[in-house]
Amino acid sequence: MSFNQSEFFDLGYLDYLSYKDTFIHRLDPRAKFIVTLVFIFMVISFPKHEISGLIPFLIFPVILVALADIPIKIILKKLIVVSPFALMVGIFNPMLDRKILISLFGIGISGGWISYLSIIIKFILTISSALILIATTSFPGICMAMENLGMPNIFILQLMFIYRYIFILGEEVVRTNNARELRSFGKKGYEILTAGNILGSLLLRTIDRSERIYQAMCARGFNGKINLFKKSRFLLKDFLYIILLSGFFIFLRLFPLSQFIGKMFI
Amino acid sequence: MSHHIIKAENIHFSYPDGTKAINGISFEIHHGESVGIIGPNGAGKSTLILQLNGFLLPTSGSFNIGGTPVTQKTKTEIRRHVGLVFQNPDDQLFMPTVFDDVAFGPLNLGLSPEAVEIKVEESLRIVGCLELKSRPSHHLSLGQKRAVSIATILAMEPDILVMDEPSSFLDNHSRREIINLLRKFHHTKIIVSHDLDLIMDVCERCIILNDGRVQADGTTKDMLLNKTLLEKNKLELPLSLQNK
Amino acid sequence: MHMADALLSPTVGLSFWAGTIATISYCARKLKNEFNDKIIPLMGVMGAFIFAGQMINFTIPATGSSGHIGGGLLLTIVLGPWAAFISIASVLFIQALFFADGGLLALGCNIWNLGIYPCFIAYPLVYKLITGSNNSNKKIMIGSILGVILGLEMGAFSVVLETVFSGITELPFLTFTSIMLPIHLLIAVVEGIVTGTIVIYVKNIQPDLFYSDNKSNNTLLNLKKVLVAMSVLALITGGMLSWFASTHPDGLEWSMGKISGREELPPKEDIFHKTLSKLQEKTAFLPDYGFKKPEMAEPEKAESEKEAWPAVSGGTSIAGILGGILTLGITILIGSVIKFFRKRSLTNTY
Ligand SMILES: Nc1ncnc2c1ncn2[C@@H]1O[C@H](COP(=O)(O)OP(=O)(O)OP(=O)(O)O)[C@@H](O)[C@H]1O
Ligand SMILES: [Mg+2]
Repeated sequence: MSFNQSEFFDLGYLDYLSYKDTFIHRLDPRAKFIVTLVFIFMVISFPKHEISGLIPFLIFPVILVALADIPIKIILKKLIVVSPFALMVGIFNPMLDRKILISLFGIGISGGWISYLSIIIKFILTISSALILIATTSFPGICMAMENLGMPNIFILQLMFIYRYIFILGEEVVRTNNARELRSFGKKGYEILTAGNILGSLLLRTIDRSERIYQAMCARGFNGKINLFKKSRFLLKDFLYIILLSGFFIFLRLFPLSQFIGKMFI
Repeated sequence: MSHHIIKAENIHFSYPDGTKAINGISFEIHHGESVGIIGPNGAGKSTLILQLNGFLLPTSGSFNIGGTPVTQKTKTEIRRHVGLVFQNPDDQLFMPTVFDDVAFGPLNLGLSPEAVEIKVEESLRIVGCLELKSRPSHHLSLGQKRAVSIATILAMEPDILVMDEPSSFLDNHSRREIINLLRKFHHTKIIVSHDLDLIMDVCERCIILNDGRVQADGTTKDMLLNKTLLEKNKLELPLSLQNK
Repeated sequence: MHMADALLSPTVGLSFWAGTIATISYCARKLKNEFNDKIIPLMGVMGAFIFAGQMINFTIPATGSSGHIGGGLLLTIVLGPWAAFISIASVLFIQALFFADGGLLALGCNIWNLGIYPCFIAYPLVYKLITGSNNSNKKIMIGSILGVILGLEMGAFSVVLETVFSGITELPFLTFTSIMLPIHLLIAVVEGIVTGTIVIYVKNIQPDLFYSDNKSNNTLLNLKKVLVAMSVLALITGGMLSWFASTHPDGLEWSMGKISGREELPPKEDIFHKTLSKLQEKTAFLPDYGFKKPEMAEPEKAESEKEAWPAVSGGTSIAGILGGILTLGITILIGSVIKFFRKRSLTNTY
């Protein structure tokens, strides 16, 4: 788990984007959630040396970014920030799998490079689709979708509480960090013990806060179960969105579109 | 006699760590009255109002609200009649969106979805925040948060409104709006505040608390003009009166 | 360290999702039946606390790099295993969405790796055993360090297993293990110390804040149940995985192949498959990609594959590459056209 100050601001930014009002934003969260899952699943199901079959899938994030009016910069930035693990683990492929699989204009390309490229494309596709989901769907909407799809109530409540308080506690830490930066003369992190104590006092304040929230809940009739208001507006367009896009992804998975296009020119 | 009366009889309260926060308080509040409770930091104001709602139960003495004693058993019932707005709106608003937050109480009362929706809109309209309905709470300004906090309680249709520091952290404009809002309500009101001008504007009666005791209880005008009484209790004349 | 979608096969991803969802549901039921309602807001703000806490960076001595808390064990110490697991799951869910840490399919693995071990192994079997009922500062510190080490190392080892089982990377099991475990040992020691410091700080001010077993009276018994259930689940999962791994390079690939009639042929094929592949040769747009399956690396298998797939040739792969580039171009074009028209329609309305 990792989270730093700049990610905190990005979170705020993605959250802000998710309240825009475009055709994509207005779709039912369930529809968007399901379509994203089908997309990811189809992408991941390609074998490890697949490249050409994956490329047509890029159409989905590209069209969504355009239709939903999301600045491409934020998606690219996040992709670069999170890429190291997949790229590092994948880099061993070209080193270990040197068997030449295809030769292109006389240059042999090894299976390792191909599978590495495949990992990178899968990475771009899966990560960007998840980011686009959150940039086009308000988080409370996603919570509702999860609740409707049968996740336990307490898990949904968790998500809602975290979402509500992440901004408040986050700002508290940003203030602490800024105050420290003024006095630290460029030294990077805290000493371990200082960090422990700062976190300890933040923890105490957090627990106190939960006590006050509990009182506020009880003052409004809380009795152990939180009833969520279900605003269910699953329209025909949402249904069509699921059917058409899932169908399209399955088609792309089964039908090598790139090959087909390529063949028309050869 | 109306059943919305609040009666405190010789209340004592100590926190588990031994701090004696309330040392013998008695008062009566009648239907439709609006009462300000003032006093320095640590006087016991917050402790007192938490007991009105059964969050804390007196160590000795008793609260009686509309004829029902406040006990472990009756506290759920009591909370339907006494709406408590907490000091910090970030504690009061715990759901992700304004709508969900205002709907929280009515849903707990078992209202139907249609009734909940009507109730939410009505409450938000009263505080002038209807257009914020689908906004996430963390996108609100502090004044808006405060107004929505009040709406969450109004949606419960309480008979008695209790508020802790309704004007803290607000700029002049938002503060003025809250004051106007409070003046509109015909509920029985208990308002705890350090903002004596607000108390002047909203409450006709005022109780001064210090050291966990009632130091004075009377009409707001008499009390807030009494410089010696205020200074004895570490309070100052309301700003609007200081230059006169 | 987060598992990533791109390194995962669908089988592994789904198996871990199954295990994770089962555990979440179990914990949810447990909380509903046995815990005070107060735990609901407490869990919520504790999740937010973990995020906020991760913004406090501390320097790792002697390395010059910086670290932050992960928080699995800390959450368990405050909330107890059941609540902590759900809390960790929701923190990771939010991270997968907002920070794209790992992705949605890998989320099942990540919740498993960062949740199961601290909550159900490190906490009861290390932290609780060491601190016992008399929790002196020293015991808390030792318990925290060892607990975090065990939790993180098991999590890191899980990442290795998931990656290797998925078979998307070439990284050999031993090499990967020998990289992952030492890295995480260092991280774990530092995080353990910070966790210990936090717990001691809080204990000195408010000793009764932490989860204690007597709040739910039969935790040990329940714990046994969970461990048994988890082992069974792990066995089933493992069995499933190895079955898939041995018979088919990739479960879904295999089933998709079956649906599409484009299955890669196992060495011993029957008449049915032979005819199918013959049929496919004739349908022009269904050749394989021209890339050899690496699982078939052994010569004789490669042979049989060649026989089965006369379509494997430089031609198809070039077609694939060219087609891929063209598709990419078309995609970008479509995207820019939409953007262009959106901008125009927006400026027109104002
Ligand atoms: N949870 C607690 N545990 C122990 N003592 C407490 C607790 N809360 C408040 N006190 C003590 O009780 C006394 C009364 O506190 P209270 O919060 O009621 O004061 P207040 O009048 O609301 O003050 P302020 O104007 O600062 O809000 C104080 O001495 C305070 O330190
Ligand atoms: Mg107070």
